Amino acid sequence: MAAQVFAFIVHKDGVADDSALELISAARNIFPDASPTAILTGAGAGLDAVCQEVAASYKQVWKVGAAALIYPNAELVRPLLLKLLPKGAVLLLPHNTFGMDLGPGLAVKMGATCIPDVVGIDGLAGATLKVVRQEFNGQASTHLACDVSNGAVISVRSGSFRPDESRSAGGQVVDKSGEAVGLSARRRFVEVVQAEVGDVDITKADVLVSVGRGFGDKENIPVAEELAQTMGAVVSCSRPIVDAKWLEKSRQVGTSGKTVKPKVYLALGISGSFQHMGGLKGNPFIVAVNKNPKAPIFQVANVGVVADVLEFVPELTEKIREAK
Amino acid sequence: MEILVCVKRVPDSAENEIEVKADGSDIKRDDLVYSVNEWDNYAVEEAIQIVDRVGGSVTVASIGNEEAEEVVRREMAMGAHQGLLLVDPAFEGSDGKGIAAILKAAVLKGQYDLVLTGAQADDGAAQVGGMLAALLDWPYASLVNKIEVQDGHTLKIGREIEGGNQEINEIEMPCVLSIQTGINEPRYVGIRGIRKVASVEIPVMNAGRLGIDPAAVGQAGAGVKRVDYFVPPAGAGAEILQGSTAEIAAKLLDLLKAKGGLK
Ligand SMILES: Cc1cc2nc3c(=O)[nH]c(=O)nc-3n(C[C@@H](O)[C@H](O)[C@H](O)COP(=O)(O)OP(=O)(O)OC[C@H]3O[C@@H](n4cnc5c(N)ncnc54)[C@H](O)[C@@H]3O)c2cc1C
Ligand SMILES: Cc1cc2nc3c(=O)[nH]c(=O)nc-3n(C[C@H](O)[C@H](O)[C@H](O)COP(=O)(O)OP(=O)(O)OC[C@H]3O[C@@H](n4cnc5c(N)ncnc54)[C@H](O)[C@@H]3O)c2cc1C
Repeated sequence: MAAQVFAFIVHKDGVADDSALELISAARNIFPDASPTAILTGAGAGLDAVCQEVAASYKQVWKVGAAALIYPNAELVRPLLLKLLPKGAVLLLPHNTFGMDLGPGLAVKMGATCIPDVVGIDGLAGATLKVVRQEFNGQASTHLACDVSNGAVISVRSGSFRPDESRSAGGQVVDKSGEAVGLSARRRFVEVVQAEVGDVDITKADVLVSVGRGFGDKENIPVAEELAQTMGAVVSCSRPIVDAKWLEKSRQVGTSGKTVKPKVYLALGISGSFQHMGGLKGNPFIVAVNKNPKAPIFQVANVGVVADVLEFVPELTEKIREAK
Repeated sequence: MEILVCVKRVPDSAENEIEVKADGSDIKRDDLVYSVNEWDNYAVEEAIQIVDRVGGSVTVASIGNEEAEEVVRREMAMGAHQGLLLVDPAFEGSDGKGIAAILKAAVLKGQYDLVLTGAQADDGAAQVGGMLAALLDWPYASLVNKIEVQDGHTLKIGREIEGGNQEINEIEMPCVLSIQTGINEPRYVGIRGIRKVASVEIPVMNAGRLGIDPAAVGQAGAGVKRVDYFVPPAGAGAEILQGSTAEIAAKLLDLLKAKGGLK
């Protein structure tokens, strides 16, 4: 099966998202000699700059500039893509907050198959694409056989495909802005409100003691706080801890929280979801304490302890205290 | 305002260790504890709070087998006014599009101004809400963490985007919103609350009553077919410290010292 492959490039402040280079590798896992076309929407000089940047990696770049597209509103981008994409197209996009907003509805409108949050692509046989996904927060993986005879919208998990850094495409930017006239949507973008700043800055900490849902109850948070105090570390956490209002939002590590770069990271009662790990950069030394020996966090940690956090952490605190 | 909330019964991720069956056909489900999908619980709470402010009613719908009734009843105990069960052998093995098509049929049987889904469920796909909106040709917003009713036609909503920033939008009704956790604090449901709704009749609709072609949903209609479950070959993985608790703590102390983890 031959199909035209496209990559939707997310960009901000004139710079392409990391996914731009990862989508090239993903496309090649479907069609080994794929030369995907990049699509960028936006407005102004920033858009031109990022199109030039992307043209180093994609042979064809479609630029759609319009004042209405200055902020990426999926409800406007979707009808635009419906006009732009040929029948049976395969579109790759990142599985981030924009991709989740755009992709599933776009697939339906295209009459194409939606393949969300893909972490691996085994290849195409006829019109059947075999992909790998994860379920249950990474506790199980699954192979899916997808009918792509009418095209597909595939959202790709960040970090799952090696970025193609070759930058040797010497591509061309084609201006498709004419297609953007007359776009309208029943959802209007108003503004972006920045996340609240808290009293601690976990992004500056060298050592983080991170609390997960495994702590079970707000009353148990001091167990982690004592360890952090004894170590001279700062307390951070996973999202459910913030949702439950046990700790403030500024302490949340992850894609919808803070990106941290500590030297040492203690993940206590944290399962290791990709949204959590997405906020952990700089290759820290990771220690995981989890009662489930199969928890995905043990795949990425350097050192693991299979134990109940409420039993093990006080013991560790005590040991450190004695050693001081 | 008439609100429909779609809820899925899922293995409770906080309570279970998920294991894949030896033949890869499924996960081991026998001893799993099930509950309502975490995101959907926030969606139901939000719907109840909206109706408390502006009037109307909340209906909770679930596609599944007989056991889906338990989660629908739980959400009714929270304060949802009606339940709706969408059950048919033809629905089994549906992909996300099939689930959305069944929900669409249910939406069109009512007079809803607003449909809420969770941002994602146990499959982590985050697809059903957006597909449902597209099938209905209604506007959509995902990852909603704030809803303000402005007038009879529009909502002011916040979407949670990267870094926890909030994207504010105005959206026309009827619309579909997928709800992100943390939008509210879902109320506690006690045994007494569940008992109160134990005998309330919950209507059940099958493919026929919904006017759905059985061949278009279920495994037959699935463009995405699950082949198997598997456990990926373990990578390097963590070095698991062995010994008594005291021994492990001592080893970890040494490692932390060596790696600059102690000040
Ligand atoms: C035995 C079995 C076989 C399956 N086979 C396949 C298969 O071959 N191919 C495949 O793609 N999938 C298969 N599935 C999974 C599929 O049915 C998923 O339930 C479907 O893809 C939607 O769930 P999700 O987690 O992807 O939803 P998401 O898009 O992550 O969920 C978002 C929201 O959609 C709503 N929602 C989702 N499911 C329901 C529901 N059942 N009732 C009411 N609201 C709901 C909820 O509000 C939820 O928060 C199978 C499942 C089972 C149990
Ligand atoms: C758009 C989006 C953005 C998101 N952004 C973020 C984000 O920025 N940050 C984030 O963290 N999450 C984020 N999430 C949520 C994410 O998907 C997971 O739900 C979350 O990370 C899980 O947190 P957890 O590991 O603490 O909890 P769980 O996944 O419930 O894991 C708890 C772990 O604790 C273990 N455990 C239980 N009891 C004990 C005990 N007594 N002792 C030891 N171990 C125990 C369990 O085995 C389990 O592994 C996001 C989700 C979405 C959809």
